[in-house]
Amino acid sequence: MFLINCPFCGERDQSEFSSGGEAHIVRPKQPTELSDDEWAEYLFMRKNIKGIQFERWNHAHGCRKWFNVVRDTSNDKILSVYKMGEKPPVNYK
Amino acid sequence: MKNKYSVFSLIKNALSQHENWQQAWGNPEPKKEYDAIIVGGGGHGLATAYYLAKKHNLKNIAVLEKGWIGGGNTGRNTTIIRSNYLWDASAGLYDHALKLWENLSQELNYNVMFSQRGVMNLAHNLQDVRDLKRRTHANRLNGIDAVWLNTEEVKKFCPIINTSTDIRYPVLGGTLQRRAGTARHDAVAWGYARSASDMGVDIIQNCEVKGIKRNGDRVEGLETTKGFIKTNKIGVVAAGHSSVIANMAGLKLPLESKPLQALVSEPVKPIIDTVVMSNAVHAYVSQSDKGELVIGAGTDSYVSYTQRGSHNIIEETLKAILELYPIFSRMKMLRQWGGIVDICPDASPIISKTNIKGLYFNCGWGTGGFKATPGSGDLFAHTIANDEPHKLNAAFNLNRFVSGDLVDEHGAAAVAH
Repeated sequence: MFLINCPFCGERDQSEFSSGGEAHIVRPKQPTELSDDEWAEYLFMRKNIKGIQFERWNHAHGCRKWFNVVRDTSNDKILSVYKMGEKPPVNYK
Repeated sequence: MKNKYSVFSLIKNALSQHENWQQAWGNPEPKKEYDAIIVGGGGHGLATAYYLAKKHNLKNIAVLEKGWIGGGNTGRNTTIIRSNYLWDASAGLYDHALKLWENLSQELNYNVMFSQRGVMNLAHNLQDVRDLKRRTHANRLNGIDAVWLNTEEVKKFCPIINTSTDIRYPVLGGTLQRRAGTARHDAVAWGYARSASDMGVDIIQNCEVKGIKRNGDRVEGLETTKGFIKTNKIGVVAAGHSSVIANMAGLKLPLESKPLQALVSEPVKPIIDTVVMSNAVHAYVSQSDKGELVIGAGTDSYVSYTQRGSHNIIEETLKAILELYPIFSRMKMLRQWGGIVDICPDASPIISKTNIKGLYFNCGWGTGGFKATPGSGDLFAHTIANDEPHKLNAAFNLNRFVSGDLVDEHGAAAVAH
């Protein structure tokens, strides 16, 4: 349980948001040319990091907009929030 | 067995004020090399080591546990055991485990308190009714006992359930597996640890794996907090931390780790003599031998390794419990806790070889691994010893995410998620 600072609405309880999982997984440009291994990688394989993770959240019970969050999954501390399409902050790896 | 437990050993030790019981398992320092190392000293890991020693004649085995035996998800679950899964592959896997449960106390000479008190799954809408009836038929075709109960029969089987028609999610019926039930979770870990240790397995606690040493496409050993240990077979049974270990070998798994919560009430006199699960409203309840209500809640929606979980999740579960069991309205909850569960996209486990030689994974049990403990250990031991899966776990390979041959139990098998 934690607070998320929605870039459009401000700080709200996590229960207002829905998690969209790992961020920056790029949809394949040429789906017809993908091998089975590449499909598996895109659809199913996840980093599932213990530590600093880049992820997507949706303010489902608020403005309903998507945005990105940098969060430490070992203690649920949110380190940064940035909008869709923006470059991820470089000081976290 | 060096120190067999029986009524005679109980009397003998009572005469000496119970001061001379032997330690149940050893506490050795790691050797330089093992034939096989199991990473993770929970129920599944200890069972794997036990069956490797017992059925596959491997004696030089170690189990590495970063904390203490039974301190992870083995000691955090709600102890429900059942095998009423929809698909053939799952039915085979879970019923294999259930059959092993039925004789486990005798086999381990350790009372795991397996109690076949029945598990009832409730239906609250028309789709639930159709799905659960379909699952009952599928179960019976697979030789698994299952019956459909209508609302009156549900009320008769568990009289404290509110079956009135004016509640938000009325009870329209349910399924019952009579062979299902519960067991004492700690005893399962302790029993396997004791028997494995007795056969020469080294159980090494407070030893965390820090790296996997590879030579090309095969494993050579493990870097741990107690130094480097050489081995050419590594079986990883690390539950919520499976991805962390996989990452050390440069592997990615189709898993997401999330907190799953449970809670218990103050102890009261016997009031519910079965296990009742309701997936639609997310409320699972049974009563422990101490008298506490054992309540299972849901997972958080996000990846986290915090072993906490959010308050709104248990609030939702307790709302549902109160509507279904108005009699519990003045019960006080004693403890709440979380465990990290590794969830597969198809809600089925992975018991599999990998493309790295000598590296095996047993993971992805998600929210329901406890019930499979003996079966999982038996089949994983077979996979490690023969470098080939047993026919019962062949479908649960890692390659199914590439081939598309998933065992989709989400929703289908009353998987709690």
